[in-house]
Amino acid sequence: MPQLLKDGNVIDNSWQLVDADTDALPQGDILVSTSQWHKQQDILAERAGAVGVWIDSHEEIEAFADGIIDLPVIAINFPKFADGRGFSLARLLRERYGYSGEIRAIGEIIRDQLFLMQRCGFNAFAFDTELDLAEASKSLQDFSDAYQVAVDQPEPLFKRRA
Amino acid sequence: MYQYDQYDQKIVDERVEQYRDQTNRYLAGDISEEEFLPLRLQNGLYVQRLAPMLRIAVPYGLMSSHQVRKIADISRQYDKGYVHFTTRQNIQLNWPRLEEVPDILAELASVEMHAIQTSGNCIRNTTTDQFAGVANDEIEDPRPWCEIIRQWSTLHPEFAFLPRKFKIAVCGSEEDRAAFLLHDIGIQLVKNDQGETGFHIYVGGGLGRTPVIASSIKAFLPKEHLLTYLDAILRVYNRYGNRNNKYKARIKILVRAWTPEVFAERVEAEWLHLKDGPATLNGHEIERVKGFFTQPDYKAVDSDVVSADVQALATEHKGFSRWLDRNVKTQKQTGYACVTLSLKPAGVAPGDVTDQQLETIADLADRFSFGEIRTTHNQNIVLADVLQSELFNLWQLAKAAGLATPNIGTINDMICCPGGDYCSLANAKSIPVAEAIQRKFDDLDYVYDLGDLELNISGCMNACGHHHIGHIGILGVDKKGEEWYQIQLGGSADKNAALGKVLGPSLSRDAVVDSIETLLDVYIENRLEQETFLKTYQRIGLEKFKERVYAPAS
Ligand code: SF4
Repeated sequence: MPQLLKDGNVIDNSWQLVDADTDALPQGDILVSTSQWHKQQDILAERAGAVGVWIDSHEEIEAFADGIIDLPVIAINFPKFADGRGFSLARLLRERYGYSGEIRAIGEIIRDQLFLMQRCGFNAFAFDTELDLAEASKSLQDFSDAYQVAVDQPEPLFKRRA
Repeated sequence: MYQYDQYDQKIVDERVEQYRDQTNRYLAGDISEEEFLPLRLQNGLYVQRLAPMLRIAVPYGLMSSHQVRKIADISRQYDKGYVHFTTRQNIQLNWPRLEEVPDILAELASVEMHAIQTSGNCIRNTTTDQFAGVANDEIEDPRPWCEIIRQWSTLHPEFAFLPRKFKIAVCGSEEDRAAFLLHDIGIQLVKNDQGETGFHIYVGGGLGRTPVIASSIKAFLPKEHLLTYLDAILRVYNRYGNRNNKYKARIKILVRAWTPEVFAERVEAEWLHLKDGPATLNGHEIERVKGFFTQPDYKAVDSDVVSADVQALATEHKGFSRWLDRNVKTQKQTGYACVTLSLKPAGVAPGDVTDQQLETIADLADRFSFGEIRTTHNQNIVLADVLQSELFNLWQLAKAAGLATPNIGTINDMICCPGGDYCSLANAKSIPVAEAIQRKFDDLDYVYDLGDLELNISGCMNACGHHHIGHIGILGVDKKGEEWYQIQLGGSADKNAALGKVLGPSLSRDAVVDSIETLLDVYIENRLEQETFLKTYQRIGLEKFKERVYAPAS
């Protein structure tokens, strides 16, 4: 089974990603696109496995965010690692919509983004390349503090300086 | 100036270690070329035509003598003994070795410096007026605000992968010396009717391929909301800026596509969610940062006596008198002055200085300007807070070090990008053009008579040499594989910012220099008393200049 990094640990990834244009749903836990989520809500509700959604970086989550915040997993896709829109989406889900489930980064992500991603509210990382996950998880600790307010630190440094 | 506490130091130290690890993994083949690119760029490392080039941040252009000595040292140990001052008030090393960059960064961190976000698609060094804190026409010192923005933008978790680079400038005075209307965000310090400080926010200015002057989106932002409002602008840009075409990716394109009004509404809507949130500034923090930019210990000076002495020396020494005219400005504190050290003597690439000169600059700063040094976007160095009674001494020492060329604000004080000699994006060389112009106009009487004249040269459309805002702008273009140059006239970066207009078809390098002379002839023949080149151009128009430059040889 493929693995991923979650809350700093390497674990099995039981979730299957379903392409936006696939109609047939596989067995088990699945992550579906938001369009499929809208189209097939009834069918999805009756399935045996768990269901989450994956959001592409360009999506306007304001249109549907309220409807997905009870899902156990929301994945955010990085079509290219340099496409930084997902960072904003994760913060919006956590800070504006109060989402408390798993936010998973998927797609072309790189290890050197982990620290910033975690600050924005991601807590799981499914790389699309072969990689020593335990080794990569060290990048979560690249910095011990930061100036800005973010999901991991709701007070800016200027209010915490001793 | 601002001093790091243990938090600031730790962040910079940890960044050095992060980058060291990234470099090691890259050298071991664990990070691909493509993945390493943004990582090294975010730390100021370009790989250029001849060698890597490391850009070191000089936050809002302010340095201590101690830091300048460290730069001199680094340039000797890790480079060829000279550095380059850029138009963003930063410093560039032209020949560092990629393997040694982590060591260079560690050296920088030891003097509270870094190269964080000096390039790449992220928030760059915030710039401001080189006369901040001493300018006669200042509303409020912009530097504390620049420092607050520096901290907010440093390793910002959400905005490290923007569609394109992002530049912010802050202007604190009546006259604009920061070209703030040509930045992605231009912030102007203003006071409201109650005398409270706030910000007038402009967005979408910039040079490059599509030069645009920024649009106002908020006339008065109360000061405590600065960071939440910046977060809102950046979030809108991060989500909606164009990511498919790098030439359409700057915020100016989005602002233009949406119109400034719609863009302002989108920002406002986003901001309403963030406003009054935890990032809202408090008086304690504002005062803390302001506390680093206090006034030095000024002496009481009998300015009549001093002025008379300075005048007497000026009458005796013509060189000193010229230098006073061009390189020295009064400042708001009586008895003190701001001195610009010219980094543009003839025969040297504009903005280049040797390690020895850096040592001299540091010594001069210790002796004459409370140990502080300012870099300018015109690629010169300013020493502020110099006692007027010391000007003559300073002049003699600076002159001996080749730093007192009396050419500030003249045609020879040009802005020039590294161009084809160093830059892999260039269409044409720019440094040889600058040199040819300086050689041609080496008669100081003639140069003085021309008065204020900004001449800017870029080696390609990316406009690092700010050619659009030169009174005379020169742009390198590629014509069937050959290097040609386009001339533009009438640009200006002051409060009435204007973009230059193209004079006519592009010219060969030899023809460019002759054409500049023709342009100056037209100016001299047409000018009214006291009229600058720009003013004459604005009055008589482009055609008169064009006719003469392109007149068939008779
Ligand atoms: S203007 Fe062009 S040639 Fe000059 S430094 Fe910038 S990118 Fe290079």
